[in-house]
Amino acid sequence: MISSSQKLNPKIFDKDVAQVPVRRGFGEGLLVAGEADDRVVGLCADLTESTQMHLFKEKFPNRFIEMGVAEQNLVTTASGMASMGKIPFVSSYAMFSPGRNWEQIRTTIAYNDVPVKIIGSHAGVSVGPDGGTHQAIEDIALMRVLPNMIVISPCDSIEAKKATMAVAQTKKPTYIRLIRDKTPVITTENTPFEIGKAQIYFEPITGKPDVAIIATGALVHRALMVARELEKEKIGVTVVNLSTIKPLDEKMILEVAKSASAIVTVEEHQIAGGMGSAVAEFLASNFPVPIEFIGVDDKFGQSGTPDELLEHYGMGVSHIKTAVLKVLKRKK
Amino acid sequence: MILTESKIRELELKANQIRQSIIEMLLSAGSGHTAGPLGMADVFTTLYFHTLKHNPKQPNWPERDRLVLSNGHIAPVLYATMAHAGYFPVSELKTLRKFGTRLQGHPHREYLPMLETSSGPLGAGLSQAVGMALADRMDNGKDTQKRIYCLTSDGEHDEGNTWEAIMLAGKEKLNNLVSVVDRNNIQIDGYTEDIMPLEPLANKYITFNWHVIEIDGNNIAEIALAFDEAKTIFEKPTVIIAHTIPGRGVAEFERKYEWHGKAPNREEAEMALKELRTLGGKIKSEHE
Repeated sequence: MISSSQKLNPKIFDKDVAQVPVRRGFGEGLLVAGEADDRVVGLCADLTESTQMHLFKEKFPNRFIEMGVAEQNLVTTASGMASMGKIPFVSSYAMFSPGRNWEQIRTTIAYNDVPVKIIGSHAGVSVGPDGGTHQAIEDIALMRVLPNMIVISPCDSIEAKKATMAVAQTKKPTYIRLIRDKTPVITTENTPFEIGKAQIYFEPITGKPDVAIIATGALVHRALMVARELEKEKIGVTVVNLSTIKPLDEKMILEVAKSASAIVTVEEHQIAGGMGSAVAEFLASNFPVPIEFIGVDDKFGQSGTPDELLEHYGMGVSHIKTAVLKVLKRKK
Repeated sequence: MILTESKIRELELKANQIRQSIIEMLLSAGSGHTAGPLGMADVFTTLYFHTLKHNPKQPNWPERDRLVLSNGHIAPVLYATMAHAGYFPVSELKTLRKFGTRLQGHPHREYLPMLETSSGPLGAGLSQAVGMALADRMDNGKDTQKRIYCLTSDGEHDEGNTWEAIMLAGKEKLNNLVSVVDRNNIQIDGYTEDIMPLEPLANKYITFNWHVIEIDGNNIAEIALAFDEAKTIFEKPTVIIAHTIPGRGVAEFERKYEWHGKAPNREEAEMALKELRTLGGKIKSEHE
């Protein structure tokens, strides 16, 4: 059952659940962050409306820099601004930032430990018709491997807004990964959000869970749908929204691994190096349990609708359900 | 401010001491870059002992000018000049490149927080300086008195990131930004015009809406004058193309690209130090 303490959207399983692009939450959050703190500045590489930074630009034209299509310059210029006391948010598509400018992010932002907030929009295969060149499914791996870097992948627009406002108040370099497409609104204004804190969104009606699904990004919604289906089949499921991938909420992961003894991770990303890998690295050393990984298995994306692509690359509801049944068989 | 003859002599002697420190620290380290640091000693000396608004006893003074070293591999000249300017003891220079040192092989601000940035991978310094200049203008307006200095190499003009920064600075008319190109014509694989021609470099900057000054980068009076001229330019960033002789000060090292990326051995270092201490044989060394 849905965890009541999380104050999630009561219409979460309804057919007419509100659908909002995750990136919208970023645009709204940046506006609030900008109003609260005049050190907040925005830089964008020719995708201002697409990444929803136009809201900030319209309100604070003097604190916005249009960079042109130049992602290497985008992040290095922001690093210079941060060292002068600014809190720069830089936005582009995830494929280009951090896809194209990884070394600049490493050396001038992470290595320098300056508070630049990198916003990678249009992540995942759900970008859809644009095709594989524009579908970033490597970005979590690229960012979580960097020391000092915080990595956040919000599950919906409301969480994206909260994450944006929260990261504006930290001194750490941060990557926020956003989905382009309209996705179901899972949370409400009253749902707790804290950087570095995973939350349980679904739990068994009684007793210990048989399995825990740890999900990140918009696929949290599919994980919840699977949990509800399995509940009817008397399989107890815990669903964790792991929106902060780094630093990992080790306490929570240990807790669910101990109580469920079997885990499925769900992300719209390559299996290699992604959120599931982060969970597996931690559990392999601390409390090994069987894990199944939902994600892209060493392939590039292609054109299609988001649903077609998520289905084709093995991230559909049926795939998650199959992974749960498989991991249950592996459980000793 | 026009330099007096005596001030010029004083700065030249300071540059000579800094060159000696560079040789000593490279010998102690056993690896590192020799040609670039020696070639840029006059520019660094002029900046730290004449042009820069800074306070070595209070490195994080908010009103200071900023200095970004983009081509981090010439770190020995940065460290040596900072030590001679009083940022840290000259004796610390011998820790260069050794385990636990604040003087990392390429500058790392986590280890030496008085640096404005870390650098090494080429082409990323100018855009950071552009970011600093943009932030300064947001805070202090177009008539800001602060100056952001960036030191770049000619070789790193092969990098696309450098040109992205040049474009943005021209667009934003960053008059508080002064970039120096160490035009020494060498890079690792050979002469720049053989590897990837940059000429006409001055014209390129002009068409990107920069104010361009070309100088002899080993002439302290010219260097100081160029920095003064940059302060008079209102609607453009300024680039000073400083024609330097790589390895300057040690005849055996001068103009040889082989000295780009290696350190002198003991024999070569002793020869170099003798040449520097005697000002190329003009005076007797007190060490003999």
